[in-house]
Amino acid sequence: MLYAAITIAIVLLFLWLIYNNLITARLRVNEALSQIDVQLKRRADLIPNLVETVKGYAKHEKELLEKITQERAALVSAKGMAEKAEVNNQLSQTLKSIFAVAENYPDLKASQNFLELQEELSDTENKIAYSRQFYNSSVLDYNTKIQVFPNVFFARILNFKEAEFFGADKKDKEKVEVKF
Amino acid sequence: MKVYSEISSNKLKTWIIMFLFVIFITTVIYVFSNALGYGLSLVGIGLIVSGLMSLGSYYYSDKMVLAMSGAHEIKREDHKELYNTVENLTIAGGIPLPKIYIINDNSPNAFATGRDPKHATVAVTTGLLDQLSKTELEGVISHELSHIKNFDIRLMAVVVILVGFIALVSDFFMRSLWFGGSRDNERNSSQGILVLIGIIFAILAPIAAVLIQLAVSRKREFLADASGVLLTRYPEGLATALEKIARYPHPLKNANNATAHLFISSPFKNRKGRNFLAGLFNTHPPIEERIKILRSM
Repeated sequence: MLYAAITIAIVLLFLWLIYNNLITARLRVNEALSQIDVQLKRRADLIPNLVETVKGYAKHEKELLEKITQERAALVSAKGMAEKAEVNNQLSQTLKSIFAVAENYPDLKASQNFLELQEELSDTENKIAYSRQFYNSSVLDYNTKIQVFPNVFFARILNFKEAEFFGADKKDKEKVEVKF
Repeated sequence: MKVYSEISSNKLKTWIIMFLFVIFITTVIYVFSNALGYGLSLVGIGLIVSGLMSLGSYYYSDKMVLAMSGAHEIKREDHKELYNTVENLTIAGGIPLPKIYIINDNSPNAFATGRDPKHATVAVTTGLLDQLSKTELEGVISHELSHIKNFDIRLMAVVVILVGFIALVSDFFMRSLWFGGSRDNERNSSQGILVLIGIIFAILAPIAAVLIQLAVSRKREFLADASGVLLTRYPEGLATALEKIARYPHPLKNANNATAHLFISSPFKNRKGRNFLAGLFNTHPPIEERIKILRSM
């Protein structure tokens, strides 16, 4: 009788530890996710300013500006990790084209406002990369935890689902070139 | 995981050192008050004072360390590059943004202090900012952030104040032993006590040094190097930064035995021969060895 009680107590303690461990890992993933969202929002907030500034100097780049405005809207309304990552990557490419095009407009390039925006946007780009790194390492940690023995049984019963990685496309992994 | 056990071992060691300090001081005072016939009241005072010092070191050591090294806090506008570098790496490491301090000194060096990641500070010298490239700075900062994340800072800060106190006092008495000699025969009895204090602390100092060696094992520098690289994913940055720091010939002005082990690389340079204590308190692994390991990652 006593032995049975002790065994049950040990098993319960064990389950309790596993459960806390999994919950902590999942919370960390969610926290990392909100970090990414903060940076994506910051990027989205900067883009209308950029569009206004570029418009003032480079009227002929209407197409590019429309494209980035659409992509910004897509970023704001994107749901789920995969979609966010994809839209964000497209946005990075378009931003690069805008900064490349700006080379042709000396007045724009010299504008204080534009320089500040460029700096802010490249800083945000860095911060997105770093928060993605933290998110992905948290996801790796969490996914490992719910798949190893004996956690895997427990995780299945309590419906702990694998978290999604925030993907980066190959171009994005290359070093961002900043031209002046 | 390795890092988590490192954190709990650091927290435990901090308490042990605070406790040992109280025992140490109280015992020393007990011996004296017995010899001088003051009775136990002095021991009571000693217990209270050393207890307060112990607790005070837990909460205020970071401020003392920063004041000792002459650092001042900066805002984003004061140094954008440094601020952004720290901010980016804290995002990658998932820790709160520490306070950022700058020390006006041309010798490149850096340290972190505080009691936990929420109350932490990173300090760098102006020399470091001038001489290092962006990737090298990232390497150094990520090393410091790893110290914060692993709770090395709490242990180190308490060690600085408590063990450093014993080291400084013994340093002081040792000097008065050599120079104070027997200049005045009339004050022989009080000199005798000073000599006795000096001898006791001279015995205590190496013990304190051994304590530091035990607490601040060389392993933690390697660990901070490695977990720092996990943040930047670029070992070469930290490796070349360490090379530049090692190559700089002049020592840091505001560093002493107590604070030396906080820095990323020993701030004394080749001037080891200040006294024999400096050698005893040297807790840094050879920089060449760290660079070699970083290059093999």
